[in-house]
Formats: sequence, structure tokens, C-alpha cells
Amino acid sequence: MIILKAENISKQYRLGLVGTGTISHDLNRWWAGIRGKEDPYLKVGSVNDRSTKADSDYVWALRDINFEVQQGEVLGIIGKNGAGKSTLLKILSRVTIPTTGEIKTKGRIASLLEVGTGFHPELTGRENIYLNGAILGMTKAEIKSKEAEIIEFSGCERYVDTPVKRYSSGMRVRLAFAVAAFLEPDILVIDEVLAVGDAEFQKKAIGKMQDISKGDGRTVLFVSHNMAAVENLCTRAIVLEHGSVVFAGETTPAIDYYLNLENTNLNESSIEAFIENQSDDILRLTDFLVTQNEIISANFYTNKTVKISISYEVFEDVMGLRVGFDLIDLSKSSVLFRAFEDDDKKSIEITKKGFYSIESEIPENIFKNGYYGVKLAIGIHNKRWIIFDDNVMVKFNMVNVNGLNRAYSDSRPGVIMPHLKWRKNI
Amino acid sequence: MSPTDTDDWLYTISSKRKLIDFNFAEIWRYRDLLFLFVKRDVVTVYKQTILGPLWYLIQPLFTALTFTLIFNKVANIETGTVPPFLFNLAGISIWNYFNTCLTSTSDTFTSNAGIFGKVYFPRIIMPLSVIISNLMKFGIQLLIFIAFYVYYYFNGAAIYVDSSIVFFPVIVMLMGLLGLGIGMLISSMVTKYRDLKFLVGFGVQLLMYVSAVMYPLALMREKLPKIAWIVEYNPVAYIIETARYMLLGTGTFSWFGILYTVGVTLVILFLGIVVFNRTEKTFIDTV
Repeated sequence: MIILKAENISKQYRLGLVGTGTISHDLNRWWAGIRGKEDPYLKVGSVNDRSTKADSDYVWALRDINFEVQQGEVLGIIGKNGAGKSTLLKILSRVTIPTTGEIKTKGRIASLLEVGTGFHPELTGRENIYLNGAILGMTKAEIKSKEAEIIEFSGCERYVDTPVKRYSSGMRVRLAFAVAAFLEPDILVIDEVLAVGDAEFQKKAIGKMQDISKGDGRTVLFVSHNMAAVENLCTRAIVLEHGSVVFAGETTPAIDYYLNLENTNLNESSIEAFIENQSDDILRLTDFLVTQNEIISANFYTNKTVKISISYEVFEDVMGLRVGFDLIDLSKSSVLFRAFEDDDKKSIEITKKGFYSIESEIPENIFKNGYYGVKLAIGIHNKRWIIFDDNVMVKFNMVNVNGLNRAYSDSRPGVIMPHLKWRKNI
Repeated sequence: MSPTDTDDWLYTISSKRKLIDFNFAEIWRYRDLLFLFVKRDVVTVYKQTILGPLWYLIQPLFTALTFTLIFNKVANIETGTVPPFLFNLAGISIWNYFNTCLTSTSDTFTSNAGIFGKVYFPRIIMPLSVIISNLMKFGIQLLIFIAFYVYYYFNGAAIYVDSSIVFFPVIVMLMGLLGLGIGMLISSMVTKYRDLKFLVGFGVQLLMYVSAVMYPLALMREKLPKIAWIVEYNPVAYIIETARYMLLGTGTFSWFGILYTVGVTLVILFLGIVVFNRTEKTFIDTV
């Protein structure tokens, strides 16, 4: 059964300062309304792209969004910053209305755009459980029946009758998430609230989310940058770009699509321009490639080496120039390791003026399947970075097609998946 | 999609707006939230103060005392047979209720933008909770008024409770609704034009002087007949005058005044709800 349906949702925002010219625009709008004409400012408006300068005062944060959600489905909504995710969430949670189009729903929606909305510092933990629960749409009786569970889940039993202003920020988040976790709406809309608390609590939170979506058959709309969480929780996903849905489908292809999107600065047509931009008074990048079997691709295999090639020109003699890269696990946004070309030197050396081309290989059977990025790292030792930017990163998906552990389909825990040699002594 | 899927939507989030979109069932469903907001307001105001709720009493008492000294002793305003202090205390308590209702509902949107931007509940819960929690403060102030009333009564002051006192709750409700209506109107416009915030501050102060708070309506008619119409067309003045008539047996009572006040209150309340309804849908984009 379709429980929620979005039809042609668009949302327009005014750029710049609200205030100058608002009265005249309002009057124009009102006058058009009286004559039964269309809002004159709906016609203008440019596509939402942060990096280009707008040619109009109005911008479409969302443009003609259509999607359907089945009951019991966990829909992931992914996209870059500024793609329109938050605006869509705001409309879904009825904080604001769309400029055009409509969303129809058969269930009650509760939204978690933030944990701890409406917490009052002077009230005790227990009082805040009631207040926050009621704000999220629970009745007093509902909260009362779950009070003990909420307190237990939060792990704040000892402080529950202390004013929240005496809580540490971590405790506040735990308590707030605990209230939210026991919400029982038909449709739950969740923004990236999981990125809070310590590791132990995050695990608990993700586990609880899984229970909500899998166990109870609740419909969930989930927005996150954490690809591991999306892949784990969602049954389907849509990808937003510049306010439009550019992909809708199964979670894994959606994530592939999304990560490739981010990769667009590094496809072959734009790589030249990209490299041109990466220059400095003492160094200019001429080439940066990540390949497997001499092929540039978004998908590499775990059982083959990955080659990193960096070419650059040095304009003057430099003491302590270091060229290398960070290997980043994109789903956790954490650095797995950093490597420099001069790692095995005993002392700092001078790099002479001239052209250089270096390459290295990451051995096979190290990566676990997942999403990774190679971020260029060039700098002068103990002085400054020359090139070290999240945009100077090649992203790829590691696929475990012919690699280790193919006999078993279970996804095993761990950060890396090395190939160990085993001896069996009978 | 099967044909049965198409029509039984629970609700629709749409760009279309109705003139009045007042969902009583939904507000009723959120009644616990209303109650919790009232509780929060009452409990937290005077946390970490020594005198606590006594502040509810200190404010009107000292204002009444000051008014008595300035307006009655210095400026010689006549309050008839009623002790000036009691006269002022009655006026101030009722005026205060109106004043707090108006000023605290008038920034509903701006001061709650944080919550409103993150979660949905019927927005009208906020101003409603404000007028209810203020009603409780007013109740406490009424108790202190009664205490002084008894004191003066046994000291032989010529005061009596009029039989129309049974309608006193109606008068108080009228006052609250008028404050709510004006407050909602202002709150909706403040989201876009912050100028109004400054206007409310001193506008309310000016309004007090034309609301017969520290003088009887009849005195205005007698001393300044030319501009007495300002007071006469002010519904707040009628409410205060009538309340004093009920409590102290002083001043005038006119059916015309009451009907006029009810009419104005209903119109303002209606306009307030309409404008509030329009604003609550998109204010988060402009706030």
C-alpha cells in the first residue's frame, strides 16, 4: 500500500536579505492574487546550485519532486549539501508548505529533525521527557506507559530528577534520543540525528533504528550522509541533486550513483580543468590518477591492486617536500591511513626543481568492500600544506566480486579485510 | 496502484490554503501538550529566585501603591467612595492580564522559531498556553486583591460587590481573548516586519493611559469631554470599567459598552486566527 505520495513538490526561496523590497513584492503578489493571476515571482527563479552566481532573486530549492513510499519501507534520501534534503524534510514534517504541488499521506507523520526539540533547561529530565514527547506528538498516557523504558534506554536513571541544565551535552542527547526512539507514528522522518553521542550510544541508536524499521514494520524516511547507515537501514533510496530527484531505486545503486555524482570533478572531461586549478608558487599538479588494471573506474575489485599515480612540477628547490595521500573510508568519513613518497627516507631531503611522476600501489586483499577516497596530500614538512583538500579526492567503490569470503554472503565486521595465509596441522 | 488506494488520504500537505483552517480535532489531540506548556511556563518563570511566586504579588502591589501616590495623592484623581489603592489594584490586575496576554502572544513566532522550525504541532497551542498560564497568574493576583478587599471592608470602606459579579469570569475571558486576538495579529506580521516589535512596546504603554486603568471613565468624560471618545471607543476601557463595577460597585455599567466590546473582540479574534493560520504555514521561510 502506498502510504505517502509526493506530487510535483517545488519550493522557492528568496535570496539575499528579506526586508529590502519585501513590501513592494508583497503588494505585487497581493495585487496579482486579487486579479486572480498567478504569483508573478513564481515564474522567475533559477536552479539551485550553490557554486554558480544566481541571476535572479529567487531560487528553487526543490523542483518537481515526485516519489511514493510504500508502507513498511525505509526510504533513504541522499544528496550533497544544498541538494534540497533539508527543505524536503521540512515540507514532509509540515514545518513549511511547498510552493507548488502536494504531499498526500495516509499515516501520521512524526519528524525528528533534531533531538531534544523544546527541552527546557530548568525542568528535570523526567519533566522534559513528557514535554519533548508531547511536542513530538505523543499523548501523556503514551509517554507514561513508556517512561520506564525511555529512562532505561537513555542510561540517565540517576539524573532523571535533576534539571537538564546540569546535564552534560552527551547525556542531554541520550535522553532526547531515547524519547524519540519510543515514538510510534505511522511514518517517521529522520534527519541525521545519529551523528551524536559516543560510539557506544551510536551503536545503540543504530540498533534501535533497525528495530524500528525492520522489526516493527514502520515506514521511515531517512536522510543521512553516512552511507554505511543508509546501506544498512534503507530498502530504497532517492538521490537529490540541485533540488531534483536524479535517481530513485534500490539502495546500493543509489549510493553508487550518489558517490559518482561527487566524482564528477574527476571524470575525464573535467580532469584537466581540475588539475589546472591545483597550482601554487612552488608546485603545480599535472596529473592525479587512481586506477586498477590501468583503467579509471568508479568500481574497483578487492582482489586486485589499486594504483595511485601523481605527476607534478616543482618550480624551485624545496626542503622537505612531501607528496602522498590519505586513504579515507567514506562511509565513516575517517582516515584509514596516510602515506608519503619519502616515508622510508632517514632524513629530510631537498627536492630539486623539475618534473616528477610518482606512483604506488595499494596491495590487493586489504580493502573491505565499501566506499573509499584517495585524498591528495602534498605539503612542506612542518610548514604548510600545498594541496590538501577534500575536493582533491578520487572516490571509488570497492566491490568484493572475486575476493575473499565469497563462499559466505554475510557481511563481516572490521575495517580492513587482509588475506591471511593459514596452515592446518593435522 | 489499486483504485482503493487513491482517495482515503489522512491529510494533504499542499500549497493551497483555506481562509480558515482550524482543525479542532487536532488541537484536542494535542491537549496534553497545551497542558505541559502551561505547566512549563508556570513552573520555570521563577526558578532560582528567592521569592519565587511571590513576585506575582509584588508587581501589582507596588504598581498600585505607586499609582495611588502619583495619581490620587499628587494628581488628585477622585475615585469616589472607593479607597484609591483598591481602585488601582483592581484596574492594574485586570490590565496586567490583558497586557501579558498581548505582549507574550505577539512574539509567538519569533521566540519559538527554534521549535517551530523543527517539529509540527498546531501552532495555536503556543498562544493558547500563554493566555492560560497568564490566567493562573491573574488568579493569584485576584487572591491578593480579595485579601485587601476584606481588609478595607472591615475598616468600613463603602464598597460592595454587585450582583453582576457572576459574570466576572466572562469579563476575564473577554479580556484574555482580546489580548490573544491582537497578539496573534501582531505576531503574524512581526515575522516579516520587525518594526512592529518596537511598536508593541510603547503602544501598549500608551494604550494603558486610554484604558481607564487609573481613573474612572466618568472622570474622563467630565474633565476632557473632547477626547473622551478615545476612551469610549476603546474596548479595553469598557472591560476594566465593568470589572470595577462588579468588584467594587463603582463606575458605570452599560449594555452598549459590553455588546460593543464583545463585537470588537470577536472580530479581532477572527482576524487574528485567519492571519495566524496563513502565517504559520510559511513563516519559517521568512523569520
